[in-house]
Amino acid sequence: MAKNDLFDKDLKVINIGLTSFKDSLEEVNTDVMQVDWKPPAEIDEKALKIISDNYSYIKKENEKSLKKILNGTPFLVDLDIAIEVIPGMKKNMILHAGPPINWDRMCGPMRGAIIGALIYEGLAKNPEEAEKIAASNEIEYSPCHEHGTVGPMAGIVSPSMPVFVLKNEEYGNHAYCTMNEGLGKVLRYGAFSKEVIEKMRWMESVLYPALKRAVNELGKIDLKNIIAQALHMGDEVHNRNRAATSLFYRQIAPAVIKTNDTDIAVKVLEFINGNDHFFLNLSMPACKVTLDAARNIKGSSVVVAMTRNGTDFGIQLSGTGDQWFVGPAPIPDALFFPGYTKDDANRDIGDSSITETNGLGGFAIAASPAIVQFIGGAAQDALNYTREMYEITEGENNLYQIPSLNFRGTPTGIDVVKVVEKGILPFIDTGVAHKDAGIGQVGAGVLSAPMEPFIKAVQGFAGSLEKKKNKNNYKELS
Amino acid sequence: MVVKGKIKRGEYFDSVTLMIVTKQINGIAGITDAAVVMNTAENRSILDSSGLLLSEFDEAKGSDLLICIKADSDEIAGKAMLQVDEVLDKVRHSISDSEDFLPKSLETALKTMPDANLVLISVAGKYAAREAMKALKKGLHVMIFSDNVSLDDEIKLKKYAREKDLFVMGPDCGTAIINGVPLAFANIVNRGKIGIVAASGTGLQEISSIISNNGAGISQAIGTGGRDVKKEVGGIMFLAALDALKSDKNTEIIVLVSKPSAKEVLKKILGKVEDIHKPVIAIFLGADEKLFDGSKAIPAKTLEEAALNAVSISKGNNYNIVQDYLRKRSIKMKDNDKLLRIVSNLSMEQKYLRGLFCGGTLCEEAHLILNNIIGEMYSNITSQKEFLLKDPWKSTKNTLIDMGADEFTVGRPHPMIDYSLRNRRILQEAKSPEVAVILFDVVLGHGSNMHPAEELVTVIKNAHLQSPGGIIAFVCSVTGTTEDPQDKKQVVKKLENDADVSVFESNAAAAEFAGLIINTLSNN
Repeated sequence: MAKNDLFDKDLKVINIGLTSFKDSLEEVNTDVMQVDWKPPAEIDEKALKIISDNYSYIKKENEKSLKKILNGTPFLVDLDIAIEVIPGMKKNMILHAGPPINWDRMCGPMRGAIIGALIYEGLAKNPEEAEKIAASNEIEYSPCHEHGTVGPMAGIVSPSMPVFVLKNEEYGNHAYCTMNEGLGKVLRYGAFSKEVIEKMRWMESVLYPALKRAVNELGKIDLKNIIAQALHMGDEVHNRNRAATSLFYRQIAPAVIKTNDTDIAVKVLEFINGNDHFFLNLSMPACKVTLDAARNIKGSSVVVAMTRNGTDFGIQLSGTGDQWFVGPAPIPDALFFPGYTKDDANRDIGDSSITETNGLGGFAIAASPAIVQFIGGAAQDALNYTREMYEITEGENNLYQIPSLNFRGTPTGIDVVKVVEKGILPFIDTGVAHKDAGIGQVGAGVLSAPMEPFIKAVQGFAGSLEKKKNKNNYKELS
Repeated sequence: MVVKGKIKRGEYFDSVTLMIVTKQINGIAGITDAAVVMNTAENRSILDSSGLLLSEFDEAKGSDLLICIKADSDEIAGKAMLQVDEVLDKVRHSISDSEDFLPKSLETALKTMPDANLVLISVAGKYAAREAMKALKKGLHVMIFSDNVSLDDEIKLKKYAREKDLFVMGPDCGTAIINGVPLAFANIVNRGKIGIVAASGTGLQEISSIISNNGAGISQAIGTGGRDVKKEVGGIMFLAALDALKSDKNTEIIVLVSKPSAKEVLKKILGKVEDIHKPVIAIFLGADEKLFDGSKAIPAKTLEEAALNAVSISKGNNYNIVQDYLRKRSIKMKDNDKLLRIVSNLSMEQKYLRGLFCGGTLCEEAHLILNNIIGEMYSNITSQKEFLLKDPWKSTKNTLIDMGADEFTVGRPHPMIDYSLRNRRILQEAKSPEVAVILFDVVLGHGSNMHPAEELVTVIKNAHLQSPGGIIAFVCSVTGTTEDPQDKKQVVKKLENDADVSVFESNAAAAEFAGLIINTLSNN
């Protein structure tokens, strides 16, 4: 608006800074909107300049990433054994949650889960032997994320574990995840006692074949549809999966009964019914298979993985390929189960923040009033957390909606540049593991991602833009 | 004595909030000193100078909050530390509980208010330029209240704005009135046909208030920030604003105001005035009178004169009547009973003037006037080296202090809001047996101190008690209008009746009277 046009208009002011100026304007009946401003993260000027010079290019590429995320169609299509289907899986390989890490730096729960996995695989007879093997060079460790896979908490996947097989029908890519073991003493929290191994064996010999038969009978199950409905029913499909599990149960039950003996069907259905988090191991790979399709778009600063291994917090961007940007994982300040405190808590762990990466979980907490006690109890807070996440995302989901925000789409496609520029960090729902192996979950709550990986990612991203430009220059010359 | 420190990671609060918190903590019995600040380089140097920069703060990052408490005992320090948490928590929750969701960024704010047309920015200087550029790129006019924006950034912003035909008022623009709406520190004035372009905040306030108090009104008052008329910026926004007023159909008379500035920029401005077919009155404080030779612009020597000229023209009169009025007033002032009464009450020893200003331009103006009347004036803002105070905290002979200068405002609210530093200085000056006159300014309006008269009356009564001579002459002007939240009429009444202050209708008149007292004393 030209200067003289301003003189003909009613003044409408956006006030960034002192709120007293907003108050004064209101006193003279002028329209004013206050911005609740935070300083940006400190980042080197050169990176910022590269990014601002490429602003419209990045915007265009980010739109491409977002489109791919929104177009994704995750289906559960099969169950299989890890070594048979997971790309790059080897007999001596163990997959884990989070960015790459070696045994020396792994936290207690992750080590415990690996010990359990080695016993389960028959590679070790007892925990002592397992620990020796785990620390030797015999075992190759690799992040789930690098194999189209995700796992909650420790996220341990060993070769003979059964996994869900998901397909993104729109783009043809697959993702994998183990089945959820339920609560209590479970491998994902680092427990490896006899009962843990026994339950896993039952899952392999009874649950897995029964569900495989049922899924094959149905052909496929539309997970996007279940998630969309669950959001309308009070889930955010990370810390609350009760509605989604129920919806899944309604779809799978007839097929389980049809394809299995009654006593097996009863046990399988009771198992699913008895675990409100059963669907978590489907919502996670549904997000994974959706986001993987948005990888490798040069010039896109959209986050395609955000995950923790109990030691480090790492992210990957669409525009920077397989590169990880990591920093220390924070210790969640959560609500603790009686008898436990923050001193017992392990650093944040698990691939489950893939849900936030896809605009669910903490990003959709406004859809889940039942779990607002994690954030202080006021429903307004939940709304505000979700509304704040729109500040750092490229767009909004077309199908996943939040009823209490007038069915606005969930904030989707985290843009690492916005995170750093606005100093607003992704908001993550999380479970808290005890820092010692084998004790299990000690609390649940919410936390903000740490800033460090995002700053590194912006710098790495700026570097990738510069490289590309240099290459182009070279081409033009030659 | 114990010193306790604490880092709160990633906790951002704006500086005003933190100053309120610090004030509360300092008020606790047993606390010697306390600081609650964001971890910036500037704040670190402040902490360092007050011995509050603890070694444990070395590991703090940019977005961390630093708390340091000096107390009589461990227990008191610990309690104060808890109280800091409590107060901060209250601040944070008063926002989230009492208000609906606030957008966290300009782009989100624009979604809620898509027809916004101006962005007012008052975040810390090092971030202000980026926010301003974002606003300009969205096609919005900008006013930057923040100071400490780099000169390079200012030039870049203004060049960009010039291309897009947008305003960038500031950085360090304290006031503006657009479409009748007072922005930041502005007064409530009549609307009318006089437009102002000002590279001076209190200059704009003084002129717009006097115009309004004399029955005329303001169409637009555009602030540019003081640096706009420096050589480096070259008056980009001053010239652009002048252009805007030139073609504004509601502006019939234009007033230009600037503090001492680059001659070549002033020439450029006067060059532009030649194409304007509206009366233009200019007050360029400290500028060479020859600059106006052959110019269409009507020069004024004081802010008041500029304002009265504009009023006179707007009422269809010749501005020569203003000259007459001012001349007659000067004569009257000289053989005034009040002057004689004041002088006779002062002791032989009392001979010097101390001026304590919160308005930078008002201080400059008083300096020019008193230089003519008294001569040698010491100051913290003078360009004459021999009269520049070595230590701005200590006055000598006849001294004028701009209390809004950086040395007084780093880490503190501006003296227009918070009188505490000037109040202390008034008492300090009063204790000197040589001080006869204390000259000061009172600036009203939105954003300024809400209870100026109450605070000043208390301090002035106290000052008389502290004065070795038993009495001091207090002289001031009150910049503002009766429509201002503080109500000028009430403020003047209280100062005159409750503290026997000689209150004048303009800063220029107050300075002149103060100078007359000193001259009369020295002639006696």
